[in-house]
Amino acid sequence: MIYLHLFFEFFKTGLFAVGGGLATIPFLYEMSAKTGWFTYEELANMIAVSESTPGPMGINMATYVGFETSGILGSICATIGIVTPSVIIILIIAKALQAFRSNRYVDAAFYGIRPCSLGLIAAAGAIVAKIALFNVDLFMQTGLFTDLVNIRALILAAVLLVLTRAVKYTKNLHPLWFIAFSAVMGILLKY
Amino acid sequence: MPILFDLFVTFAKVGVCTFGGGIAMLPILEREVVNNKGWATMDELMDYYAVGQCTPGIIAVNTATFVGNKHKGILGGICASIGMVFPSLVIILVIASVLSNFADIPAVQSAFAGIRVCVCVLIFNAIIKLWKSVVKDRYSLVCVLAVFLLATFLDISPVIFVLLGAVCGIIIKTAEVRSK
Repeated sequence: MIYLHLFFEFFKTGLFAVGGGLATIPFLYEMSAKTGWFTYEELANMIAVSESTPGPMGINMATYVGFETSGILGSICATIGIVTPSVIIILIIAKALQAFRSNRYVDAAFYGIRPCSLGLIAAAGAIVAKIALFNVDLFMQTGLFTDLVNIRALILAAVLLVLTRAVKYTKNLHPLWFIAFSAVMGILLKY
Repeated sequence: MPILFDLFVTFAKVGVCTFGGGIAMLPILEREVVNNKGWATMDELMDYYAVGQCTPGIIAVNTATFVGNKHKGILGGICASIGMVFPSLVIILVIASVLSNFADIPAVQSAFAGIRVCVCVLIFNAIIKLWKSVVKDRYSLVCVLAVFLLATFLDISPVIFVLLGAVCGIIIKTAEVRSK
């Protein structure tokens, strides 16, 4: 029964992949080797599509793999599979946190965790910035500092910074407007 | 609007606007969940993120489950998670069945190069805002900088940072109580 099998394989991925969408990739390689549902090459293609569509990457991957393997029903089974462990685990943790919210130690632990959380968010942001604003690979090849910085991307970033922080008429717009604007600029200026 | 449906729609909106993973979703969550709906505070979102990074599964779904559960119990958690997942499911199905080489289209690649720049700026703005609310004493300042540098340059699991942070927090608060 391919649907149950898909559900089960993605349930396992959802249960063991700690740390977000990128953490699911090693599991998908393993799945490819074990089940033969898709080749490594197809997987690379799926990762590219998952990265270039909205939505959490893990979900996109599950939907894509499920669809390629056995159609729409397959994609739904795979997606439910990857989501189910998270939902159950978080519901249990949320219940526990509610019970211990007034506990002094839980409070102290979160006081200690919050700056770590910000540090991790900043580190993830730095990785996105490295990909979006710099050409590290090109710089490694040529050694020219003019190749390191992606000038057009930096200019767009500067414009966006001004629009989101300084201009009174635009800074309270929904983030989606800035995303749409950047997509259009990307196409017009051929990034 | 019934609250469960509202949770579904709001998180579906967050799902549509999220490009490039759980962290990129933070500015959208801030807008929809904190500012528009008041379902959680920024501090709570930070805690959910921290827990989400140490527990299995997709951070976006973990956060949706947390917010939904806080607001409307187990059913709320499930509705928010389904909402989060729904747009991805539809979009990927359309792309996978219609455009087999979607990611290779030059215009798509250019658009996403532009979007990535925007995601950087949005995350940067979110970090500035969080910095103001999180960094209040010497511990938080040192901790943010240390975790940022270590996580950027070394391959260390986020679980380690969060657990160490919890231990530090308990030690500092216990010491504070003792010294009073």
